[in-house]
Amino acid sequence: MRVILFIMQKEFIQVFRNRMMLPILFMLPIVQLLILVNAATYEMKNIRIAFVDYDHSTLSKHFISKIKGSNYFIVGDNQPSVSNALKAIDENKVTAVIVIPKEFEKRLKTNSFPLKIQVLIDAINSVNATISYSYINQIFLSIKNDNFFVKQKFIQPAQIINVIPRYRYNADFDYKKYMVPGVLVMLVTLISFMLGALNIVREKEVGTIEQLNVTPIKNYQFIIGKLLPFWFLALLELALGLTIGKLVYNIPLVGSLTLLFAFTSVYIILLLSMGLFVSTLVDNQQQATLVSFFFLMVFILLSGLFTSLESMPRWIQYINKINPLAYYVAVMRMILLKGSRFINILPHFIAVCILMIFMMGLAVFKYRKTIG
Amino acid sequence: MWNLKAFIKKEFLHISRDWRTLVVLFAIPAVQLIVFGYAISNDLKYISIGILDKSKDEISRKLVAKLAFSDFFKLNALLNEESEIEALFKNGSIKEAIIIEQNFSKKLIREGKANIQLIADATEPNTANMAVNYTNAMINSFLTEINKQPIQSPLFITEVKMLYNPTLKASWMFVPGIIALILTLISVMLTSVSIVKEKEFGSMELLLVTPLKPVTIMVGKVIPYFILSIFNITFIFLLGYLLFNVPVVGSILTLYFISLLYIILALTIGIFISVSVSNQQIAMMISLVALMLPTILLSGFIFPIENMPKWLQVLSAIMPPRYFIDALRGIMLKGNSFAELWKDFAVIISMLLFFIIVSIKKYKSRLM
Repeated sequence: MRVILFIMQKEFIQVFRNRMMLPILFMLPIVQLLILVNAATYEMKNIRIAFVDYDHSTLSKHFISKIKGSNYFIVGDNQPSVSNALKAIDENKVTAVIVIPKEFEKRLKTNSFPLKIQVLIDAINSVNATISYSYINQIFLSIKNDNFFVKQKFIQPAQIINVIPRYRYNADFDYKKYMVPGVLVMLVTLISFMLGALNIVREKEVGTIEQLNVTPIKNYQFIIGKLLPFWFLALLELALGLTIGKLVYNIPLVGSLTLLFAFTSVYIILLLSMGLFVSTLVDNQQQATLVSFFFLMVFILLSGLFTSLESMPRWIQYINKINPLAYYVAVMRMILLKGSRFINILPHFIAVCILMIFMMGLAVFKYRKTIG
Repeated sequence: MWNLKAFIKKEFLHISRDWRTLVVLFAIPAVQLIVFGYAISNDLKYISIGILDKSKDEISRKLVAKLAFSDFFKLNALLNEESEIEALFKNGSIKEAIIIEQNFSKKLIREGKANIQLIADATEPNTANMAVNYTNAMINSFLTEINKQPIQSPLFITEVKMLYNPTLKASWMFVPGIIALILTLISVMLTSVSIVKEKEFGSMELLLVTPLKPVTIMVGKVIPYFILSIFNITFIFLLGYLLFNVPVVGSILTLYFISLLYIILALTIGIFISVSVSNQQIAMMISLVALMLPTILLSGFIFPIENMPKWLQVLSAIMPPRYFIDALRGIMLKGNSFAELWKDFAVIISMLLFFIIVSIKKYKSRLM
């Protein structure tokens, strides 16, 4: 026990002596929470849109004013023709163009349905394009119920099912409430995985690991003493990140923070074991950075942090069974936004525990082999 | 010249001995392409739902069956009471609850109007939005089905045309970004680290006392990574084309020209970093924080710049990868010509000049 404490003391001294480490530890949460949360958003507020109005009628004006009235769009000047509009899209001046054909109103008056409207969307960013289109569509659908059409005596269907949607937990669709828990996950993961891996590799690269090996320090003491400081630091980072999230973005924090920290403690041990495993695979810090960057990237992309899991094919859902981040992202959102209790997250907790035991065994086994 | 050749050979040996780095360098684009191409799409599938059918009559049962057997939904729970919903949301087993009111058929037939309530878990705003839209569409089509009336022509239809990426393939959107990412990784990070490493280990002093001129050392350091970059982008183009048919509508020549220009810019930034710092860890952190983060986040690679707050848009305007990705997308997807992209070229060239001048100034005072 005393030995472990000594190693920890040495580690803490090294961490705090390192000029780079402290700024990273404190800048990382601030930069990530301020830049990432603001940059990583599909919350559409400024879809730049223009009209090509071949009809110039009251009806076409009604459409235009409807779009103008919603706060998703910035409506540019009308384009005289489709080819002009295409050019505007090509030059990146607008993202979408709505073309209202000739005799639009006339067809309504003569009841020759359906009326046709063309929408041209710049799909270079395909996600953006889909979401923009769904917003445009929503507004069109709402026009259906406008007085305009009722006055025109369009025959209403005999039966109607009223669908009344209600949104829970984030009723105002605040994207930041969605992103902040995700960014907290990245923060904890980066600190524990990357720094954990780098820390052991440095001893290898500099050669001091040989010196440590000839001391009476046992392997397990070395590993625990080496990694425990990062366990504390990662928990500290989480606390720091939560504080910033609460102060800057007013994240709800519905659930129990004790539960969150308890789950995180286990999760960090899992990540540290992964870091230890990576450190046995590589020779120097550059390789460690690249290898952990590679794994992190895959894990992050698949975890549902930026995109929803529902849109991924089945086989990815299976891969996610061994992706620690997928569990942590889910649990973080469940606790912070929905107020889930221990019993609700129990399956996730068990899964992470199993992964942790497995990973720890693997890392320690591999570590012993490389050292011995 | 002979000196340079020998030096380049030494560098190549260093790089090829470090096989893990090489593997990762080629694995990153491959895995990214596959993950982005297959995993990220915009249509939701299998949204987990729970249904509370309060009336359990003929029509409502039909509706439940229709919802349960659709591809969009996965029926995870048939509920008996409204109070069960909360717990299901909390353990994440459903994303939407559909509540059919009592006397559903009666109301629908007698009054011509019945209600269905949807409760969606909006922790993921876009998912909730789409789930509700799907359900809505499904219920509407159910209504026309049970009425057995010929499908009434709708009020209006929107014809949508997705320009440049008609089938909305995510891989088309990501290939240009991945190229920028990889070039930044190789050119900035590896170059900067490789020079700093010599400094850190003290072998830089040894190199400087050889008859090699400092310029030769720099050029020799840079050329292997230059060649590696060219291989790597060709690999990504091919992979994108073979796996996902990512097109190159514009001219390949322009494509390579802008890529080469960007590689040189990135290498110059790498040298700038390496002459400014003293050890590998700092070099790596700077290239990660100052370049990777902006490449991924502030360049419009994944998240559109116009959605960001103004201060971030300003920040993104000084990020080199932004112009490169813009030009790549212009050439590959839009088929823009050199003349149409002059702005991007101009910005990249001026950034290049800026970094060359600054690096030379710094370099003279540091190395000599």
